[in-house]
Amino acid sequence: MIALLIRDLRLAIRTGGGFGLGLAFFLIIAVLVPFGVGPDSAILGRIAPGILWVGALLSCLLSLDRIFALDFEDGSLDLLATAPIPLEGLVGVKAISHWLTTGLPLTLAAPVLGLLLSLPEDAYPWLIASLLIGTPALSFIGAFGASLTVGIKRGGLLLSLLVLPLYVPTLIFGAETIRRGAEGLATTTPLIMLGAITLGTLAVLPFAAAAAIRVNLR
Amino acid sequence: MSFWEYANPKRFMALSSAALPWLTGLTALVLGVGLIWGFFFTPDDFRQGSTVKIIYIHVPSAFIAINAWLMMLVTSLVWLIRRHHVSVLAARAAAPIGLAMTAIGLITGAVWGQPMWGTWWEWDPRLTSFLILGLFYLGYIALWEAIDDADTAADLTSVLCIVGSVFAVLSRYAILFWNQGLHQGASLSLDKEENVHDVFAYPLWTCIIGFVLLFITLVLLRTRTEIRARRVQALIARERMA
Repeated sequence: MIALLIRDLRLAIRTGGGFGLGLAFFLIIAVLVPFGVGPDSAILGRIAPGILWVGALLSCLLSLDRIFALDFEDGSLDLLATAPIPLEGLVGVKAISHWLTTGLPLTLAAPVLGLLLSLPEDAYPWLIASLLIGTPALSFIGAFGASLTVGIKRGGLLLSLLVLPLYVPTLIFGAETIRRGAEGLATTTPLIMLGAITLGTLAVLPFAAAAAIRVNLR
Repeated sequence: MSFWEYANPKRFMALSSAALPWLTGLTALVLGVGLIWGFFFTPDDFRQGSTVKIIYIHVPSAFIAINAWLMMLVTSLVWLIRRHHVSVLAARAAAPIGLAMTAIGLITGAVWGQPMWGTWWEWDPRLTSFLILGLFYLGYIALWEAIDDADTAADLTSVLCIVGSVFAVLSRYAILFWNQGLHQGASLSLDKEENVHDVFAYPLWTCIIGFVLLFITLVLLRTRTEIRARRVQALIARERMA
């Protein structure tokens, strides 16, 4: 499983595309928003938590179809499915490698973009914490969506349609954590809920995704 | 004879074709009585005026919109566990009806909310969760349409339905946390004192029963269509093989 993780990471980094693209997309969203709403830093600071979370979510979405699609096309998914590791474990590894190549860089880049959006100072620790805790859920939910649409040609749009409603709870708790942090309120509740969602998706969705992959490989 | 006998498409077709005319008539009767009673023979509310009558469409459609998903969840589980094709086709047949009911619920709500709350739309927990429920219906229908192979589509949509149910409930509570809303509490419940007044409640119950009958009728009708479509596909496939 670790070998598989290393292979996926190597592929993601060396083939380019997905890895840098999500980050660039995140940057562009954060840059475009001030043009849309105006340069007033009070307004920007108020909406920054939401923008950063929506941006992270969309950048995450961008690379989701690559989780299984490439392996499905060249047949390595069949080999991996017959390999002596459980398919659920495979899904978990795929989701983790997706997180390492999108969620983690996004988390690290977010404070810089927060600066651009004049996010209040108190909010930075909560920005990093909420993204760090919340983005794994995005990857796992996305892996489930990708496993449903892996057999469909050009399933990217359908994938977004399926996955975005599933992202709603994560988005709510994530953005709420930062907003409360910015206003100096207690952030424990949304942060705990965010962690609960991440752990829940981590525990349950690999099974659903593995079931979907089995159907798609039939 | 067990209940599962009707999972046989032939038996299902026979039973449903016998039941449909009765069901259609009963639906028309109950819904007609409920709506006419509600619209013409109830007094106007002293504060809301006649807009209160939107309740006779709004509440039943919202009720159906939620329970249609519940029905899809049950039939999807039956498909995954017992592999009865009729079951999953019923789920497929119910989805567009659920979507339509969600849309009706949202639109009638907007029409009522404009004069009452002074706004067409408010990011209120109930309204927002309904919008998201509509998105779930859309995704479910889109996944059905996107996959060519019938059994693959049935399996994948069933999995989506189950996961979607969990997330729909999760979203409901997340949204409650996010914004405490404007929408009033339940209008009808069996154990509470502050329900709507009996004058409004009796026709409302009639309308709900009418909508349930309407839903059953439509699902049967659409399931029959799906079964026929499946048969045509099988015939075409057989032609091609021969």
